[in-house]
Amino acid sequence: MSERVDVVQNFEAVEVSQLLTEVKDLKAEGYRFAQACATVVDDKIEIIYSFDKAHQLKNLRITVAQGEEVESITGDYWPAFIYENEMHDLFGVQFNHSALDYQGNFFKVAEPTPWNPKK
Amino acid sequence: MAKRTVIPFGPQHPVLPEPVHLDLVVEDETVVEAIPSIGFIHRGLEKLVEKRDYSQMVYVIERICGICSFGHGWGAAAAVEGAMGVKIPERAEYLRTILHELSRLHSHLLWLGLLADAFGFESLFNHCWRVRETVLDILEKTTGGRVIFSICKVGGLNKDIDNETLKEIVETLEGIKEEIKELTDVFIEDDSVKNRMVGVGVLSKEDAEELCAVGPVARGSGVVQDMRLTNNHGVYGELDFEPVIETAGDCYARCKVRIGEVFQSIELIAKAVAKIPEGPVSVPVKGNVEGEYMLRLEQPRGEAFYYAKGANSKFLQRMRVRTPTNMNIPALVKTLQGCDLADVPILILTIDPCISCTER
Repeated sequence: MSERVDVVQNFEAVEVSQLLTEVKDLKAEGYRFAQACATVVDDKIEIIYSFDKAHQLKNLRITVAQGEEVESITGDYWPAFIYENEMHDLFGVQFNHSALDYQGNFFKVAEPTPWNPKK
Repeated sequence: MAKRTVIPFGPQHPVLPEPVHLDLVVEDETVVEAIPSIGFIHRGLEKLVEKRDYSQMVYVIERICGICSFGHGWGAAAAVEGAMGVKIPERAEYLRTILHELSRLHSHLLWLGLLADAFGFESLFNHCWRVRETVLDILEKTTGGRVIFSICKVGGLNKDIDNETLKEIVETLEGIKEEIKELTDVFIEDDSVKNRMVGVGVLSKEDAEELCAVGPVARGSGVVQDMRLTNNHGVYGELDFEPVIETAGDCYARCKVRIGEVFQSIELIAKAVAKIPEGPVSVPVKGNVEGEYMLRLEQPRGEAFYYAKGANSKFLQRMRVRTPTNMNIPALVKTLQGCDLADVPILILTIDPCISCTER
């Protein structure tokens, strides 16, 4: 009989410089990368990385200033390339050392990007 | 070493149901590398949070996909309800579960038909879709729509389904069960079908976990992962739900998982109808959204994310949807490596790609 899980909402704020360390720890603990998404908050961009273990989520939140670069987590979680390229193309976030960088050609949208809700 | 050739595959191709592009690097007839490209029809639906309030966004998000549309509407509504601390009536949770399982049923029957089409079994394809029509008729009768239902709203459902109709639904599904079994027996037992799937596109459990696969792709590789085991949506905890798991990791295993889930959905609907309580199907919801909530649903293709974030306004700051196909593309790329060129369509089909969802 599979165990049912009471989901807890948790969002842990992490410094941009500490992201990779935290991600490596989660990888070592057996967490699965589940998604990453960007949100424009005021003049900054908030990124939430979600990791799953036994149906329980752990969310890491970083806040990125305009022009600030973020280390790619694709070295630990290769499937994150989809989300990093998406955030680059649609939100203008720059990722360093990506394992698969589409150089801004991941989305072929008619509207100019990055998209900013304030525009 | 054989000469390498790059074969562009898609975004428009006779065996591709959706616009995804793959650069297939082949040596003779063997694929050695596959480089995916998506983003051909990205619609930017999430960006509409700037112009549509949180109630309207439920209907926008539902329109992401024409197959799992109910689940998208449910996910969006439940994420907003979570952010606002709204508790919906129990009857609404039961009805949402029933409608979601009906969606899974018709989605898997659609997929079985597409799979049959991919290996050239046209009559099997037609029969799968013929049976699927019965499920679409149920959805049309109860919600008014065959593709987009617009029955889900923040606070519950827009309308009730009476108990008599629910009993008729159970009887109708029981009536087509034998017919579905005849069809699915062909997928499971027919030698020509098995020749195309057994041992093809093997994804080991370790690879499925490493590549973060979700849904029937993960479960076909022995990974126990199904968001119906989480307790913050639906009534699956009341229905003795157990995920369908296969361990071989090949196309055949992924097919068997979905076939198992077809019959499981019929059982879940019958159990839910037997237990559904009387009562209202919605509660009034007023005010602005402040706070955030992350919800995961098990869509027919796997785990889907719905993240709502408000800033004390009717307009959300963010409505994020992460669909299952996004997460299964890395697994697809991995399984394509080493396969025969002729197996590429079957392999793509067995992750059940929905680029409409991906290009939300």
